[in-house]
Amino acid sequence: MAEHKKEIDQVTGVETTGHEWDGLKELNHPLPKWWLYMFYGTIVWSVIYWILMPSWPLVNGYTKGLLNYSQRAVATENFDVAAAERAETGKMLLEASLEEIRDTPALLEFAMAQGEVAFGDNCAPCHGTGATGFEGYPNLQDDSWIWGGDLDTLSTTISYGVRAEHDETRYAEMPAFGRDELLEKEEIIQVANYVGSVAGLPTQEGVDLEAGKVIYEENCAACHMENAKGDLETGSPNLTAPTYLYGKSVEDIIAQVNAPRHGVMPAWIDRLGETTVKSLAVYVHSLGGGQ
Amino acid sequence: MYQGRGNLPPIELRSGSPIWTNLFTLYGANIMGERKVRYLSLEEGGYSVLLLVAAIFCLIIAGKTWDQVLAFHTALIALASLAGIFYIFRRYFDGNNSPAPLEINGKPNYNMGPVKFATWASVFWGIAGFSVGVIIASQLAFPALNFDLPWTNFGRLRPLHTSAVIFAFGGNVLIATSFYVVQRTCQARLMGAISPWFVVLGYNLFIVVAGTGYLLGVTQSKEYAEPEWYADLLLTIVWVAYLLTFLGPIWRRKEAHIYVANWFYLAFIVTIAVLHLFNNASIPVSIYSTKSYIVWGGVQDAMVQWWYGHNAVGFFLTAGFLAIMYYFIPKRAERPVYSYRLSIVHFWALIFLYIWAGPHHLHYTSLPQWAGTLGMTFSIILWMPSWGGMINGLMTLSGAWDKLRTDPVLRMMVVSVAFYGMATFEGPLMSIRAVNGLSHYTDWTIGHVHAGALGWVGYISFGALYCLVPWLYNKSLYSLRLVNWHFWVSTLGIVFYICSMWVSGIMQGLMWRAYDSLGFLEYSFIETVDAMYPFYVMRAFGGLLFLAGAFIMVYNLVMTVRAGEAVESADQSALAPAE
Repeated sequence: MAEHKKEIDQVTGVETTGHEWDGLKELNHPLPKWWLYMFYGTIVWSVIYWILMPSWPLVNGYTKGLLNYSQRAVATENFDVAAAERAETGKMLLEASLEEIRDTPALLEFAMAQGEVAFGDNCAPCHGTGATGFEGYPNLQDDSWIWGGDLDTLSTTISYGVRAEHDETRYAEMPAFGRDELLEKEEIIQVANYVGSVAGLPTQEGVDLEAGKVIYEENCAACHMENAKGDLETGSPNLTAPTYLYGKSVEDIIAQVNAPRHGVMPAWIDRLGETTVKSLAVYVHSLGGGQ
Repeated sequence: MYQGRGNLPPIELRSGSPIWTNLFTLYGANIMGERKVRYLSLEEGGYSVLLLVAAIFCLIIAGKTWDQVLAFHTALIALASLAGIFYIFRRYFDGNNSPAPLEINGKPNYNMGPVKFATWASVFWGIAGFSVGVIIASQLAFPALNFDLPWTNFGRLRPLHTSAVIFAFGGNVLIATSFYVVQRTCQARLMGAISPWFVVLGYNLFIVVAGTGYLLGVTQSKEYAEPEWYADLLLTIVWVAYLLTFLGPIWRRKEAHIYVANWFYLAFIVTIAVLHLFNNASIPVSIYSTKSYIVWGGVQDAMVQWWYGHNAVGFFLTAGFLAIMYYFIPKRAERPVYSYRLSIVHFWALIFLYIWAGPHHLHYTSLPQWAGTLGMTFSIILWMPSWGGMINGLMTLSGAWDKLRTDPVLRMMVVSVAFYGMATFEGPLMSIRAVNGLSHYTDWTIGHVHAGALGWVGYISFGALYCLVPWLYNKSLYSLRLVNWHFWVSTLGIVFYICSMWVSGIMQGLMWRAYDSLGFLEYSFIETVDAMYPFYVMRAFGGLLFLAGAFIMVYNLVMTVRAGEAVESADQSALAPAE
């Protein structure tokens, strides 16, 4: 029923198609030349690309292309080249002792570069990008160590972790004096205040520090030592150190004596390999706290 | 001379089938107290049976499942189905179910109720989706905003954002405009009385089921296809009804030719149906469980997923919104479409080529290189067909460029087409293997997607809404000044968003691939995350501006209905009397 006349559009001088819908009409412009030629151009480019590169699937396999290019082969090749480049220094690193690495500039540069990246990808999520730690995650920049900060000790800790799932892992656990009813509530308050006084913290009023000292000597000194400086052999933290893993106040100490929290550090040796662990030990040692 | 199809009998003629007459005649006659015989139409009967079956199926599942989320969702669907049956029968017993006249005084009697519903639904979901976007953008800058709760963490909110903006906002815009445009350009009423409502209400029910599912942890972990099997089933049924309802006016059209907008709408509806079926071919572990497994395995599943994913962009966000452009820009500019020939060529080229481009999402993966090559080359060939739409949109303004100064609605739509042109150039560029090696998995992709989503899809939708609401309610738009504010505030937001993502994306890609002279990576991953912080803050700010613009639009649209000046017979006022 609807039959409209073609007409000439006043503005453009172009004829309409004669269709009309709800007042909408169409002009009959030809295809823009630049548009058409670019369209053809992309088709020609694609056909050339198909001829040169792997493209169309066949019944068995696919067209390999004249260049015989394979991104899988290129990737493997690049891996091999990179591995070869690093092989020599890597081998030297593997054979050298940690002290030799530290004292040989070429090896040190290599280890620091590798250690920095490995630290960022594996250690920084817990210890922070600046290695300054968070509550529950030790600061690696200071010289307060739980297990020791010399090169070999660092290497052992990184290799086997702390309370990790590895046979060689470092292990230490403080008894839960409150939860397991080894000490009375009052005794815990007294010993915590005594520890606080040794660490130079403000203590709670009216607490018998002398009684606390006795309790300390009977229960804590075996690991944390008489002078409360801790023991690297057993992984017992120095209680006079400027940093505390779980908060430095008498209240925090009471909580820790009552039911201690124990963090876990994974064992890295099987995952990263010996070379990377060595580099990490050198890198962490260089951060400022190394002994 | 073409006789037209308007003389065909209307579809919702009561069924002559003796089954229906026997079943329902008596009730009708008795209750109405008339001698005149009343029938339940075939459509009403069919939908009643469908809804009844759905309700029973869902109630059985709700009663027997051990999965609380499934119980909640099936109960919701059952409730909605029963409400639908109640509505059909109330209409019937009230005697309101006689078919609406196809024409009144020689003018087509359009069915605009469902269009209005979908229009407001899109406004609602738009605000919801943009808001969730701002929240997750802020979470990336300030992780504390995850609140350590499962329901509010980034992993669950991110699909809520993408689905809300693409399927809830975009989908409702597409349904609203397609039902509007197909009626207007065919001069024919939508088919059926129940179908259009079934489509809009069913689609929004699907969105509620899908969205609440994400928050409660139900997902099949396929990007843009997260809803699980039962939600997919619901969408499948709704989509078939959508296709049939949309085809009705085309069948009854009064112009021999079909308008270009309707080709695009049809391509969108048909292709999305096919994509949806293939990418959701999954088998539930039990009908009492939300969990299902896809039938495709390994890299084939990845290929199907990105064949789907890329064509969700191609047919949902491109073809569908090009249809909107092809109606609303010439209408608003009051100019003929630039080139009929170009529209034909670029339409067929676009739908033929888009379907091949998916593998470019899987460069440098276990997908064979030859498949990647095909995806890449077809993406390059797709460049000009995509730009065909841009040329037709922009050049339609020839002779009406001056309107850009005075009409911010038209300006919004034209800028939208410009963003479309930019995004469809950037897309083929990023599909090139070497470029992709830098851009893939970085924020550059996010920036690219949002150039298309905020600029193209967002602006063409806003333009259409600014046209549609006044036309639907026979009012003039409340304030052009506010449209201007919306335009500038959100444009600034888009610029912030895209630029920050370009910079952070390219920086991220370069940092990932930087090696030192010894062959070690220059940066650890966490350093690259750290470096993006300022850009994440800028992006969230850009998103906030875009959201603010959308709020200005909502106020303007609501005020248009409540306080807009009534228009007697503007261009679009040949609307039928109210529903």
